Amino acid sequence: MKTTGLAGFLKDAISAPGVSGYEEKVVAAVKEEMSGLYDEARTDALGNLIMLKRGIGRAPHPRIMLAAHIDEIGLMVTKIEDQGCLRVTQVGGIDKRILPGLEVIVYGKKELPGVVGAKPPHVQDPDEQKKAVKWEDLYVDIGLTGEEAQELVNIGDIITFAQSPIQLQGRFMAGKSMDNRTGVMVLFECLKFLRAMRHHADVYCVATVQEEVGLRGATTVTYGIVPDIGIAIDVGFGEQPSVPEHQGMSMDKGPGIAIGPVVHPKIFGRLKAIAKELEITVQTVPSPNPYGTDACSIQITRGGIPTALVSIPLRYMHTSVETVCLADIERAGRLLAEFIVRLDKKFVEELKCF
Amino acid sequence: MKDLLKKLAETFGPAGNEAQIRDVIREKVKGFVDEVETDAMGNLIAIRKGHGPRVMVAAHMDEIGVIVTHIDEKGFLRFSNIGGVSPFVLLGQKVIFANGTVGSCGMENLSEMKDLKLNKMFIDIGATDRDSASKKVSIGDIGGLYGEAHFIGDKVIAKSLDNRSGCAVLIKTLENLAERDIHNQIYAVFTVQEEVGLRGAKIAAYRVNPDIGFAVDVTRTGDTPESPAMAVKLGGGPTIKVKDSVVLTHPLVRQFMIDIAEKKDIPYQLEVLERGGTDTGPIHLTREGVPSGAISIPARYIHTPSEMADLNDIENAVKFLVAILESELGDRGTGYLTH
Amino acid sequence: MLLKTLTEAFGIPGQEQEIANILKEWISGNCDKVETDVLGNLIAIQSGKEGSPKVMLCAHMDEVGLMITFIEKSGALRFKPVGGIDPRVLVSKSVYIGRGRIPGVIGAKPIHLQKREEADVPFGIDDLFIDIGAKDKEEAERLVELGDGVIFTTTYEDLGTKRAKAKAFDDRAGCAILARLLTMDKKWSFTLQGVFSAQEEIDARGAQVASYRLEPDIAIVLESTTASDVPGSKKHLYSTMLGEGPALSHSDNRLLADPRILERLKEVAEKKNIPYQMRGLVGGYTDTSRIHLVREGVPCGAVSVPTRYIHSPASIIDKDDFENTFKLMVGFLDSIEERGLPF
Repeated sequence: MKTTGLAGFLKDAISAPGVSGYEEKVVAAVKEEMSGLYDEARTDALGNLIMLKRGIGRAPHPRIMLAAHIDEIGLMVTKIEDQGCLRVTQVGGIDKRILPGLEVIVYGKKELPGVVGAKPPHVQDPDEQKKAVKWEDLYVDIGLTGEEAQELVNIGDIITFAQSPIQLQGRFMAGKSMDNRTGVMVLFECLKFLRAMRHHADVYCVATVQEEVGLRGATTVTYGIVPDIGIAIDVGFGEQPSVPEHQGMSMDKGPGIAIGPVVHPKIFGRLKAIAKELEITVQTVPSPNPYGTDACSIQITRGGIPTALVSIPLRYMHTSVETVCLADIERAGRLLAEFIVRLDKKFVEELKCF
Repeated sequence: MKDLLKKLAETFGPAGNEAQIRDVIREKVKGFVDEVETDAMGNLIAIRKGHGPRVMVAAHMDEIGVIVTHIDEKGFLRFSNIGGVSPFVLLGQKVIFANGTVGSCGMENLSEMKDLKLNKMFIDIGATDRDSASKKVSIGDIGGLYGEAHFIGDKVIAKSLDNRSGCAVLIKTLENLAERDIHNQIYAVFTVQEEVGLRGAKIAAYRVNPDIGFAVDVTRTGDTPESPAMAVKLGGGPTIKVKDSVVLTHPLVRQFMIDIAEKKDIPYQLEVLERGGTDTGPIHLTREGVPSGAISIPARYIHTPSEMADLNDIENAVKFLVAILESELGDRGTGYLTH
Repeated sequence: MLLKTLTEAFGIPGQEQEIANILKEWISGNCDKVETDVLGNLIAIQSGKEGSPKVMLCAHMDEVGLMITFIEKSGALRFKPVGGIDPRVLVSKSVYIGRGRIPGVIGAKPIHLQKREEADVPFGIDDLFIDIGAKDKEEAERLVELGDGVIFTTTYEDLGTKRAKAKAFDDRAGCAILARLLTMDKKWSFTLQGVFSAQEEIDARGAQVASYRLEPDIAIVLESTTASDVPGSKKHLYSTMLGEGPALSHSDNRLLADPRILERLKEVAEKKNIPYQMRGLVGGYTDTSRIHLVREGVPCGAVSVPTRYIHSPASIIDKDDFENTFKLMVGFLDSIEERGLPF
């Protein structure tokens, strides 16, 4: 483990590229930075990073999986135009309105800085100016000629937002890919807490891939691990201007604990009880729909996995300036560590019937 | 190749009704493999036994079509779509049912053509009333597009090149490999119900439990007037899929495929398909995950009765697939992934 | 009456325990094994001879409903739908909240205070709230918790001699038929797996894990499906009609039914003189969407009780259709006993 603390690690993690399907670099960085906190690590066929910290005491050990997706949304080159501009498509769901004027990095034969261009407003019809720009009108300008671009860039090359991390006031930090490097940081914090604790359960900390394109990594990694409990850690909507309080969590008021069809009520109850006992602030997040987080695919793997979802409040989701509060990450890490320490065979057995 | 392609393209086989096309393919491949089996949904699995890694190659054999939902008093059939069928494409076309009944697709009187939807259309099979229509067609029957294949120079125009051209590639590949000694175990799967949601490949991949998977299908092109920006053209060679709606090809699988194409001097194109998916989607998410890639044949006017492809692309796809299947693949697909 | 008890009970997706308890009590004496699983599916097994085929019958316990997501300072409750509810049916309905059945009403801004144009725009979820009469947030919090489910208060009632009204015929009608099939005085030689599934309305999630675990050789889903034989609907878009018998599915959005099963169902109906109709709609999905693609695939069929106004506070069925669906399924099981599986 490097000596960087949470803030430093988060800055490193969000600076590494990891667009869905191309998570190799950020996986390598995380694996390196967290070494020493786990007993063994491997990647599977899709590239999921599985870090195992073994429990102590007599086998069989309860198996718990903490899953945080490590991939980020981004762009991909679809065509190289004669003038050297790159046509692109999205990987994961991007609000195309954030793109014009955005700085990006194209991962061609080398890293190429670029900007997202579109027709300037001055030459647009008044009608056009009122409308959001369309995907087919956007391109990435890397300042190269057509020939130079052909040499350095290929169809299918990935592109990330270039935004560097920004330390805001207090313990708030902004940047790209906070969704969901924030969740990966929760794994980090949890393992740091567990270093000083005795736990019986085997803990599988998984950085899952390809969540943003359809929860793909979690599907296969859960099938392989077959945990007794699976907890997904992701970000959730934080309160901000234009997101009313009935639609978002409060910032710096602790992680959200989801309740709803994907969540096993007994795990929800246990998490809430531990938070109360230890005075860790948490928020209840009603989640009526089973869509959109790794928890959804974890729960219906094989014959069914008891599942929960912990989420960190985040503002401006799926932009280049996603913002979180570091205190919420620490609280989530501690809560999960305390949950793991208390796991025993009896609780795991109780989960098997509803 | 032309004869094979013509036979395959003209054979009836919309999703869920693959019996006829399955029989045709079974006859073609049985001499080239050790075993041929079918599963619960009708996937046809042709197996070359061996001792090496298990390689699954999927080409879907179903095609888009229509399903009868109502027969009215006058004998007109109301219908819905099987797979991606546009009402504008269907209008004025002929459809055919499994028993050979042919019908014409008409529409209600509409004030604006843009209001055309499938539920404003009907199929006329020349019946005079419900009873006479019911003797030929029942509710729930599925029909396919009807038409002959034509060859113009290097190009072919036919219905269902999606994905009978992929089936042709897979059959020819098995033929090519038949006399050769190869290390890999090959599971060539002609899948069902791809057009309605990649269904057949899902259960076939679970059954085969492959170490590595490939799909052969068609893809769109960006080489027609005012077409969307896409860097794939007819005649430019088979494509190596990078992305579609259901898969992001593992970068090492993509590189492995590029290396083979370059070593064997096979022309290829890289494919980023913005909308649409193929059997690699379910294959790569099977069980603990299967490294998977896809070869596509560029095709214009997909999901119409007049799809167009280039025979050179199809021939090159055969060479490409043969080269892939002959190459050394690691156990559980991880051999080359961990190099 | 089981159908009345079931339709009036509480069971939104993910909160099906009340339904499971009612059914468990009803069927336990007749089954070799009755258990619930991780997702809350209730699974009843009647074991057949060693090595005999495994026949799964599946009906889902959950109903579309609402979930409390926020409590306003005023004590008003915000909610979101669980499953596909048309928000236009919600305003001005009475509801029960949570397993404690706290009564409430769904309110909106009165018509008098709206602009003329507003009256033509349907209320969205965010325009609506539930009023339980609490004077403020504190009082509301004593009665209601975030995540509590919400159901309509509709009671079961006979309408005339042939028809009945209730909430949640989708799919308590199927549950009631399956419960009757599991409590008949018959001993099959095959293994009968009765699955009362959870979370069908949100992607058929319960059936996914139940069928993975049970590995059936064949599965039939007992459902309730749209009947739109109502004024303003064209005949070719009726889908099904009340009183015309059980509806057999040839396909829906996520299934092409196994033709051999469909054929067998038709044969049974014709032989036993049970009326049936073909479902004329290809939209929607059922638990078969998951079951038929589990592991190496499971041949599937779907039989439904035609139902008007599904996914709304009050739906209507024809009691003859309900009986005939039961009879058809008895005939189908008999046919497996006599002739084996249809493939």
